[in-house]
Amino acid sequence: MTSQHTGEMPAISYNFAYLDEQTKRMIRRAILKAIAIPGYQVPFAAREMPMPYGWGTGGVQVTAAVLGPDDVLKVIDQGADDTTNAVAIRGFFEKTAGVATTTATTEATLIQTRHRIPETKLSENQILVYQVPIPEPLRFLEPRETETRQLHALEEYGLMHVKLYEDIARHGHIATTYAYPVEVAGRYVMDPSPIPKFDNPKMDDCPALQLFGAGREKRIYAIPPYTTVRSLDFEDHPFKVQRFAKPCALCAATGVYLDEVILDDRGGRMFVCSDTDYCNARQAEGHRGEMAAPVSSSGGAVLPHPTPLPHGEREQGDAPSLTLTARGAPEGAGEGPFGAEIAS
Amino acid sequence: MTDQANQALAAADAPLLVSEGLSKNYGARIGCRDVSLDIYPGEVLAVVGESGSGKSTLLGLLSTELAASAGRVSYRMRDGVLRDLASLGAAERRLLMRTDWGLIRQNPADGLRMAVSAGGNVGERLMAVGWRHYGNIRREATDWLGRVEIAADRIDDDPRSFSGGMRQRLQIARNLVTKPRLVFMDEPTGGLDVSVQARLLDLIRGLVSEMGLAVVIVTHDLAVARLLSHRMVVMRHGRVIETGLTDQVLDDPREPYTQLLVSSVLAA
Ligand SMILES: Nc1ncnc2c1ncn2[C@@H]1O[C@H](COP(=O)(O)OP(=O)(O)O)[C@@H](O)[C@H]1O
Ligand SMILES: [Mg+2]
Ligand SMILES: [Zn+2]
Repeated sequence: MTSQHTGEMPAISYNFAYLDEQTKRMIRRAILKAIAIPGYQVPFAAREMPMPYGWGTGGVQVTAAVLGPDDVLKVIDQGADDTTNAVAIRGFFEKTAGVATTTATTEATLIQTRHRIPETKLSENQILVYQVPIPEPLRFLEPRETETRQLHALEEYGLMHVKLYEDIARHGHIATTYAYPVEVAGRYVMDPSPIPKFDNPKMDDCPALQLFGAGREKRIYAIPPYTTVRSLDFEDHPFKVQRFAKPCALCAATGVYLDEVILDDRGGRMFVCSDTDYCNARQAEGHRGEMAAPVSSSGGAVLPHPTPLPHGEREQGDAPSLTLTARGAPEGAGEGPFGAEIAS
Repeated sequence: MTDQANQALAAADAPLLVSEGLSKNYGARIGCRDVSLDIYPGEVLAVVGESGSGKSTLLGLLSTELAASAGRVSYRMRDGVLRDLASLGAAERRLLMRTDWGLIRQNPADGLRMAVSAGGNVGERLMAVGWRHYGNIRREATDWLGRVEIAADRIDDDPRSFSGGMRQRLQIARNLVTKPRLVFMDEPTGGLDVSVQARLLDLIRGLVSEMGLAVVIVTHDLAVARLLSHRMVVMRHGRVIETGLTDQVLDDPREPYTQLLVSSVLAA
């Protein structure tokens, strides 16, 4: 139960998964309450974590509270296992809990995520932990915390539709593409964290337990397995997910969420799976997108490496001219221009 | 005649809102003391008095925005039954406030969502009571903007770009869109130019008679009371000191204090 910060000791020993047992019990109580009231934001006494808030301290605390020694942990950031954020959090739990980690969605028992839900369908044996910057879906129109609490308590969600109304009035369609509000189990309206609305349908009737942790705002909420999750909309402007004009350029997958990748400074670009594990697995199975196969070098164009990119090398290693653009949206980015989206 | 029709008939000459012994203290200071009054369907009641006499406090108590230190407020629900508002649950009371009631604040910025378009401001109540068809909400909002003399092409502009008079008219549309039976107004023409005031008063008068609204309007301006109200109460030091038909009170005030008030208006 100790985190002995005695400066002179080179090896610092922590309690399993860093947090002390009392704190974990407190967080577990909040999680149990959250599961009992799907979509309801449960306040909890968030602890200081050895990383800045923007790094998903809420998700880290939830993960620490539910992690067991036999768990296999996967950490993704915008779909990738190899970003600085994902690597740091994975390393944190490797060091403090000594748990096995993986990049394969199918092997993981616990997945902590920032801004995506894996493409591979989750199972009953898995828990998905979301990092949440702003838990309150009504915040946009009603900054007063006392009032938003009242609105949730009384199930007064007209305001949520005012936001969608404003979207349509301004853009001709519901332009909210991230953090798209959902109604959970026919009762609470919830912010699913800044995942693309593309992922919203995956939350519905999901076999895995979904937990949401907001560190700075000290809130935990949950979607129990097999819960109905409905995206809000209007009768004459029904909810629609983003669709992409082309399949993944590396693995030819369709019906998945794609990131835009700039290939060169002459406007060359391609669209590839945002879920790197999914993309790599497909390529390993032999699926090939239009940019994946080696092309005769006479053209001279800069092409990405045709073979599956090993983790950790995707950003620089094999394709030096790759620049990821759709990644790295700031935490809390509610909506924004979305290059790869086809307005449907 | 059916029971329902009987009830409706009885309700027409039964009061809509009843206050009994309403008092409010702010610590040692008296906000309002022992006010009992009735408001009837379709009636406009003006609450007049000097600044600090307790008008806004009384309005806050009647509309349940403020909790009373003593006394109670009852309201005749749409089913004809008079109910003590303190006995309603929070959900039921809030539903009442956003459907059957309106509340027009002196400063439109307090009663509007300034960052939301005019259409969204008017549509909010509709969405709150379950409207889920964008086209229908928009049509209704457009219609209401027309009724308060705001051009349809301003529907997507937010009120920050509106003049004071327009903002106040938008606040009125936002409140009336659910066809309430009772509207509370606190100095609705307060900060406006005289010519803008006149236009707004005409508009309010037209809507009130057209919709058969009951209104409680707080004003320190006796000319506003004269133009809009059927009946008035005069407040001083938190108490109602005189009440009667508006013309009677203004033309033949009984209380010396009311006489002073009226004469100061005449002198102005
Ligand atoms: N929130 C408050 N706290 C303390 N005193 C208040 C408060 N609101 C009003 N009062 C006092 O109550 C009395 C009545 O005020 P108010 O109802 O605002 O009068 P009016 O609307 O007629 O100007 C005044 O003496 C005022 O100073
Ligand atoms: Mg006042
Ligand atoms: Zn792919």
